[in-house]
Amino acid sequence: MPFLETRNLTAFYGDFQALYGIDTSLDKGETIAIIGANGAGKSTFLKAIAGLIHGTPDSVQLEGMPIGARGAADIVKLGIALVPEGRRLFPSLTVEENLLIGGYGRKIAGPWTLDRVYALFPILRERRSMATPALSGGQQQMAAIGRALMSNPRILLCDEISLGLAPIIIADIYAALPQIKAEGTSVVLVEQDIVQAMKVADRVYCFQEGRLSLTGRPRELTREQIHRAYFGS
Amino acid sequence: MTGWLDALIQGVLLGGLYALFAAGLSLMFGVMRLVNLAHGDIIVLAAFAILVVAGKLGLDPFVAVALAAPILFVIGFALQHVLLNRTLGRDLLPPLLVTFGLSIIIQNGLLQIFSADSQRLRSGAIETASIPLGGGIAIGVVPLLTLLSAIAVIVVLNMIFYRTPIGRAFRATSDDLEVAELMGIDISRIFATAMGLAFVVIAIAALYLGLRANFDPTIGPARLLYAFEAVIIGGLGSFWGTLAGGVVLGLAQTIGARIDPEWQILAGHLAFLVVLALRPRGLFPRAQD
Repeated sequence: MPFLETRNLTAFYGDFQALYGIDTSLDKGETIAIIGANGAGKSTFLKAIAGLIHGTPDSVQLEGMPIGARGAADIVKLGIALVPEGRRLFPSLTVEENLLIGGYGRKIAGPWTLDRVYALFPILRERRSMATPALSGGQQQMAAIGRALMSNPRILLCDEISLGLAPIIIADIYAALPQIKAEGTSVVLVEQDIVQAMKVADRVYCFQEGRLSLTGRPRELTREQIHRAYFGS
Repeated sequence: MTGWLDALIQGVLLGGLYALFAAGLSLMFGVMRLVNLAHGDIIVLAAFAILVVAGKLGLDPFVAVALAAPILFVIGFALQHVLLNRTLGRDLLPPLLVTFGLSIIIQNGLLQIFSADSQRLRSGAIETASIPLGGGIAIGVVPLLTLLSAIAVIVVLNMIFYRTPIGRAFRATSDDLEVAELMGIDISRIFATAMGLAFVVIAIAALYLGLRANFDPTIGPARLLYAFEAVIIGGLGSFWGTLAGGVVLGLAQTIGARIDPEWQILAGHLAFLVVLALRPRGLFPRAQD
């Protein structure tokens, strides 16, 4: 049985259907990447898993347990944490308070503490008492990842963590990934940056207009296949 | 000269009462963006609750409020959980309509039970005790206690908001509902807790409302108005601003009354308009939003 599975997952925004029957699976300790053009439904997919969009109970399953209809506050307690698109740190909280609130409802024992997050991203320790709007984009992204880690997730969902950042900063952030995975954490990455996604993912799913258009291991996929899955033909 | 100095001192003391009225409102708006039109009536309701507890058990109002506070916490928690949480959403109108309805229900309910007679809380000699400051100026013990209580309430609220996990959750929820949920924060519980806390503040405000002057079931809306003005003058989202707003309002009223007794209420409203015109975000607005 896969660790996390979506079965025939659909999602709507009012009358607009954003996802059409998505089947995916994630194993323990595995990293998968979701790629695709803007509006393909990648963020919606993560929101549906994180409980911000509700579906039928069976459409998302954690170790066989149906969780598709649960709210976000429940999902994080089951060990699934989302790093939302655009960071979305709490502006009236300091960096350290943002990290602490990440562990607010934590029910799972695990390795992540303030000290561990500061060891992963040392710059955050220096900025611990600053308000988050004063941070650079890269630092904000580190704080957002640290905040999610504070709940001791078994599955970390990352939505466009490279968005709007300089390549050297993106490299810094992705350098933290092996340390996160070393704790046994599974990772779902939504990435615009295909090269980056291919480098770190064990498997790749490509979305196109709310449907799955391609899936496979990065080294087994050709440029043409990806191109076609990305843009259609 | 003495008269003016006296007006200034009494104005600051009166400001303590308005700050107490406003603190609960400031808390509700700060956490859940709720504009509670029944706030004044709930203060009056709490004053009647203290009156009943004090009367039935033969207690001093200061003791009765300590008994009434936990009860009011539960009532506030339940009110938010059962009723008001359902009204909050993108549309601003439902909470306004529902709290407006609550206001009418509370006023008429109180009229039905207690009649339109004026009531007051009795606490013996302390009611009329005063401390002479020399030069013909004296300050009442109850007004002084009101101001000190207002400062204590603001200090405690600030400590809760900035030093405790629940306070962090209050601020995070106020910043971004959706992401707060992602942190595992149960929004409806947080809102209900905030309302319970606001009701405890309301109990303290009601104690001084009833000790300082007569009250009857219909005086709620005017207290709401003062509370609103204090919150807006101080700047939304800042408790110290709310205290300052109360003091500005109190000062304006006593100075206005000093010029001409008929000007007391008007002067307060004029001060509010002036602040609104010059500093639309209030005197101490929060840095964000």
